[in-house]
Amino acid sequence: MGETAAQAGRDTLVKIRGLEFSRGDRVIFDGVDLDILRGKVTAVMGPSGTGKTTLLRLIGGQLCPDRGSVQVDGLEVSRLRTGELYALRKRMGMLFQSGALLTDLSVFDNVAFPLREHTDLPESMIRDLVLMKLQAVGLRGARDLKPAQLSGGMARRVAMSRAIALDPMMIMYDEPFTGQDPISKGALVKLIRLLNDALGLTSIIVSHDVQETAEISDYIYVISQGRVMGQGAPDEIERTDSGWVKQFMHGLPDGPVPFHYPAPDYRDDLLQT
Amino acid sequence: MLDWIRKLGRGGLRLFGKLGRGGLFLMATLGGIPAVLRRPGLLVAQLWSVGVLSLALITLSGLFVGMVLGLQGYNTLVDFGAEESLGVAVALAVVRELGPVVTALLFAGRAGSAMTAEIGLMKATEQLSGMEMMAVNPIHRVIAPRYLAGILSMPLLAAIFSAVAVYGGFFVGVGLLGVDDGAYWSQMQAKVDLYEDVWNGVIKSLVFGLVVTWIAVFEGYDTVPTSEGVAGATTRTVVHSAFAILTLDFVLTAMMFGDY
Repeated sequence: MGETAAQAGRDTLVKIRGLEFSRGDRVIFDGVDLDILRGKVTAVMGPSGTGKTTLLRLIGGQLCPDRGSVQVDGLEVSRLRTGELYALRKRMGMLFQSGALLTDLSVFDNVAFPLREHTDLPESMIRDLVLMKLQAVGLRGARDLKPAQLSGGMARRVAMSRAIALDPMMIMYDEPFTGQDPISKGALVKLIRLLNDALGLTSIIVSHDVQETAEISDYIYVISQGRVMGQGAPDEIERTDSGWVKQFMHGLPDGPVPFHYPAPDYRDDLLQT
Repeated sequence: MLDWIRKLGRGGLRLFGKLGRGGLFLMATLGGIPAVLRRPGLLVAQLWSVGVLSLALITLSGLFVGMVLGLQGYNTLVDFGAEESLGVAVALAVVRELGPVVTALLFAGRAGSAMTAEIGLMKATEQLSGMEMMAVNPIHRVIAPRYLAGILSMPLLAAIFSAVAVYGGFFVGVGLLGVDDGAYWSQMQAKVDLYEDVWNGVIKSLVFGLVVTWIAVFEGYDTVPTSEGVAGATTRTVVHSAFAILTLDFVLTAMMFGDY
C-alpha cells in the first residue's frame, strides 16, 4: 500500500492541495485539490472567469497562493528563490492565449530565443534545433515571417515550437483553441497529443472548448466558483450525475447555472412605474 | 467635506504607492545593468532606436532654435552696440539651458513615448509574461537596455543640439546680419567656461536622461494592459516628463548658478 502511494507520488508531476487564492474581495480558488500525472494530458475546464489562467500562473510561480500548496516535481513553487524558480521554469513550457511571440523578432528568432538566452550552443546547432522544432509543428517554411504575418493558429504553433525548444518536462496550454477555425483547431488538437506522446511530456490544457479538449485528454477537472466540481476520465465525466458538470459539458443554456441573471420578479418589474 | 478628505487621502495613497513601485522598479532595473554590459548587442540596438533615430529631430530643432536666438539676440544687442557679444549670448543660452531642456522635452516626446508604448504593448500582448515563463527576466532583457540607452543618449543628443544651435546662431548673426566672424567665436571662447557652463549643462542633461527614461520605462511596465491603459501611460510619460524636466531644471539651475 505504502509502495503504491509512493509510486503515485512519483507519478504526480503537479500536486495542488487546499489552494486558496483571491484577487481583492473576489475569491478565485477556495480549497482546490488537483493532481497532474506525468506523461498524461490533463484538462482543466470551466466557464470563463473561473481562474483557469490564474491556475497556470500559480503553477508557473507568477502568482503566489494565499493558502495551500502548489508543488511541481516535488518543489513548493511559492517557496523557491528566484534562481530556483527560473531553473524550474526552464523545464516548463507555457503557451499563452495570444501566443505571446516577440513581435520584433522573426519566427526563427522567436523559437531560437530561449536557446540563445539559456545555452551557449553555436549558431549552426541552434539553426538545426530551431528547424527541427519548426518542422514538428509544420512551419519550417515560415521561418522568415514576422509574427504579424501569421494567422492566429500559426502563431500558436510557433509558440508551441518555442515552448518545446528547451525540451521541457511539461507544457501548459492556455485556451489553445479559442478563436480558431476548424482546420487550425484540428491541427492544434493533433499536435498537442502528438507532442505529448512523442516527446514524453506532461500537458495541462486549460480550456472551455469541451469537445476538442475531451477528445485528447486523459483526465479532466471541471472547476467553477473556486472549487473542483467534477473530475475523471473523459467517459466518466460524460456519465456524471452532477447537474452542473452535465450542463457545462453539454452546453445547456439553463440548469444549475441559470439562464437569467438574478433579477426581481418579471411581472413586478414590468408593472413598476 | 469628508468626501473631499477621502478623495485627497486616496489620491495621496495612490501617489505614494506609485512612487514606491517606481523606486523598487528602478532598483531592479539598475540591478539589470551589469547583465546589459555583458551583452552589448542589446544596448547597441536600443542606442540606435533611442538615440540615432532621434538625431534628425534634435539636429533640426537645434538649428532653428539657434537661428531664432541669433535673430532675437542680435535685435536686442544691436541697440546697445553689443552685437559682437551675440556668440556668447547664443552659446550660454543653449549650453546652460536650452540644449539640455529642449533636448529632454523632445526626447520625452519622441523616444520616451515610443518606449512606453512599446513596453506597454509588450505587456498587453503577454510578451513580458511569456519571457518570465521562459525564465528570462524581462527587466534585464527589455527594460535595462532601454534605460541605459536613454541615459547615454541624452547628454550626447544635448551636445549635438547645442553645437548645431551655435552654428544656427552663427549662420543668422554672421551670415545674414553681418556680425563680425572673429568676434562671434572669440567672445564665445573667452566667456564660456568649461566647468561652469558646459559641464553643468552636461550634468543637467544626465539628470534629465535618468529621470525621463525612468518615467518612460516605468509607465510602460506599470501600464494597465489594455489599449486605454497604454494610451494613458504614453500621455503620462510625456506630461510627467515635461513637468519633471522643468521643475528639475529650476532646482538644478538654482544649485549651480544661484549666488547664495
